[in-house]
Amino acid sequence: MEHSDFSSKIPTKIGEKLFSTVNLNIKFHIWMGFLSVLLLACFYAYYIQLRDGLGVTGIRDFVSWGIYLSNFVFFVATSLVGMLVSSVVGLSGKKWVIPITRIAEIIAVAFAAVAGLVIVSDMGRPDRLAYVFLYGRFASPIFWDVTVVTLYFGISFLLLYVTLIPDLALGAKFLKWRPKWLLWAYNLLSLGWKGTEREFAILKKSIRILLILIIPMALAIHTVTSWLFAFNPRAGWDSTIFGPYFVSGAFVSGLSCLMIAMYFFRKNYKLEEYLTDKLFDNVGKLLVLVSLVYIYFNINELIVPGYKLKTHEAIHLRELFIGHHSVLFWSVQIFGLIIPTILLLFKPVRKPFPMLLLGVMVLVGSWFKRFILVVPVQEHPYLPIQHVPEIFKVYTPTLIEIMVTIGPMVMVLMIITVLTKLFPVIPVWEMAEHGEVKENE
Amino acid sequence: MDNTNDKLNSTKEESRRKFLKNIGLVGLGGFAIGAALFSAKKFEEVKKGKNIRLLTADGNVVEVDSVHIKSVDKDLLTIQQEQGREGIVGRSWVMVIDLAKCRNARKCVSACQEAHHLRPEQYHINTLQMQDTPSTKPYHMPKTCQHCDNPPCVSVCPVDATFKRNDGIVLIDNERCIGCRFCIAACPYSARSFNWFEPKDAETFADVVYDVELNVPQKKGTITKCLLSADKLRKGELPYCVSACPNGVFYFGDANEDAVTNGTTKETVRLSKLLTDNAAYQLYPELGTKPRVFYLPPKNRLFPYTENEETKA
Repeated sequence: MEHSDFSSKIPTKIGEKLFSTVNLNIKFHIWMGFLSVLLLACFYAYYIQLRDGLGVTGIRDFVSWGIYLSNFVFFVATSLVGMLVSSVVGLSGKKWVIPITRIAEIIAVAFAAVAGLVIVSDMGRPDRLAYVFLYGRFASPIFWDVTVVTLYFGISFLLLYVTLIPDLALGAKFLKWRPKWLLWAYNLLSLGWKGTEREFAILKKSIRILLILIIPMALAIHTVTSWLFAFNPRAGWDSTIFGPYFVSGAFVSGLSCLMIAMYFFRKNYKLEEYLTDKLFDNVGKLLVLVSLVYIYFNINELIVPGYKLKTHEAIHLRELFIGHHSVLFWSVQIFGLIIPTILLLFKPVRKPFPMLLLGVMVLVGSWFKRFILVVPVQEHPYLPIQHVPEIFKVYTPTLIEIMVTIGPMVMVLMIITVLTKLFPVIPVWEMAEHGEVKENE
Repeated sequence: MDNTNDKLNSTKEESRRKFLKNIGLVGLGGFAIGAALFSAKKFEEVKKGKNIRLLTADGNVVEVDSVHIKSVDKDLLTIQQEQGREGIVGRSWVMVIDLAKCRNARKCVSACQEAHHLRPEQYHINTLQMQDTPSTKPYHMPKTCQHCDNPPCVSVCPVDATFKRNDGIVLIDNERCIGCRFCIAACPYSARSFNWFEPKDAETFADVVYDVELNVPQKKGTITKCLLSADKLRKGELPYCVSACPNGVFYFGDANEDAVTNGTTKETVRLSKLLTDNAAYQLYPELGTKPRVFYLPPKNRLFPYTENEETKA
């Protein structure tokens, strides 16, 4: 009977509304079917790569890290939004983030989970994956990266799960007409949550510990990922600010992904009352803040070598500014970063629909920014590239490579779809607890 | 009531403990007897081996108990990997490349590619057309792995597939390599190549035991690189590229002996004197990689510079 005691504290209106999105309707099945077909096509592309070798991609001896690696950096970057929203903003006592904490955590879990697969697709010998653990060398940044990505995924997953437990217990009350297996799963996963004061005390303490733990982990994963490049004695990567540069860029790409997700759930899940204009306004301001920090790091990263123009740095920068990559470089900087930042300074722009458009611009820009960070440096090693076929000199991704890159993106969409269809996307118990705050702000 | 219950429980507990103890003892005893019988049987089997006649490497016929014969194939790989990792004790290999003598014959390239089963676009050694400043003349530069004493590639390798031996050679074990290509990203000398497809003549050499000091047969999805012909050095011979050069460009030897031998003239000279007299230099020493390959500047050239059509770009 204590059970109903807890669930009776949840206003029926909030509970029924937020649980109404938990249903596996026909739209869900069509969408998942489409994604599955797409994923199968991507798997076929990967099968060809396994059969014939990595040579089916555009990467060769000089540009040996292509869009697989830039996709990996993008995935790790985007997953950092979980830590930014839940920990940095949440721990500072801002209650307005409550409706988006779960969305942010789901994005974090999905991207972190698939990031590992992205890197496996880049391996020449994926059959020897276990060697990383069997013969792991502590001195290699890859060893650190594997460790921290796994830990970050683990903590993000725990954070998602732990904050879900009270909502799982509410399933019995609010999911009456759903399939039996779903109710059974809710009951099992809720671990017999009764909603007693002691349980809440333990829950909140655990959440707090996880929120604190995840901060160094998130900083570590993206800093270590930036070191995969900065540790190499190559002009263009040889930089001391790559850690913070990458971390600040990660917040930009993660927040833009969150903005798109927020718009989607607001429209399709009819959550206008919860994902309010005010919430979009706040997220818009947050994106301006992190973008300004990122622009600051961009200026540093470009002007310091640009002023000195040391031989090899100069070749690299010329390629970016006026050379082979200039169109992409300036498009990314202007349309993917500077224009969105300026526009978001104005209140009328910080509305859901304009923010969806800007979110797409920033997210696409973020992906290509990773390309700019990874590829051009390798096209200009210290020694000249001679006596090799043309494909060795200029990198162009192949169709198979693009398919293998799309595959992980499809997986992320599938994970996000399943999680947001099986569980309420907005934390019900936290909304009930802080409902009055929503009115105030 | 509770009290009696407790007592009852405790006696029950005791008898159960005793029972478990006994079971344990019986089990242990049984295991010991079984193990003894098993090892005795093993011993018997060993004694029952058949004598087999074998021809040794130096031509003698010997009789060996068949139980001592192990599959050579399997062991050869391990033996080669082990000695390959250790290197040749007491040696400190160095290479000196005299740029004044190079006329871009590319015999070093072809000898190397043949020995290591490389495709035409895969290089352990490549000759590059270099021009240091716009006002100085271009020259040809054979470029191998620099076998750095502070190798960036070895630092970043996640599985110890590429390693530094005590004789100075940086080797790659393609039975270990996972194909992450971090070493390619780390190498400032572009010394490494990858097997993007099934290697050349893969089917012909499918059954050959992998020799880590020759890196043959090559394997799809792994790295390949210059090994300073570690297999030749073990036989006391000069590297493939060094002996293939028609123009006397290469000197090779042991820094511990302070002596290097020219691959073409077979003349042996004092290493320190050669380096000092000719103002030898290393490639990008400012990177702190400490290369083992020295270059003698292209002064008083023996041949005029002729541009190679295919490398004009």
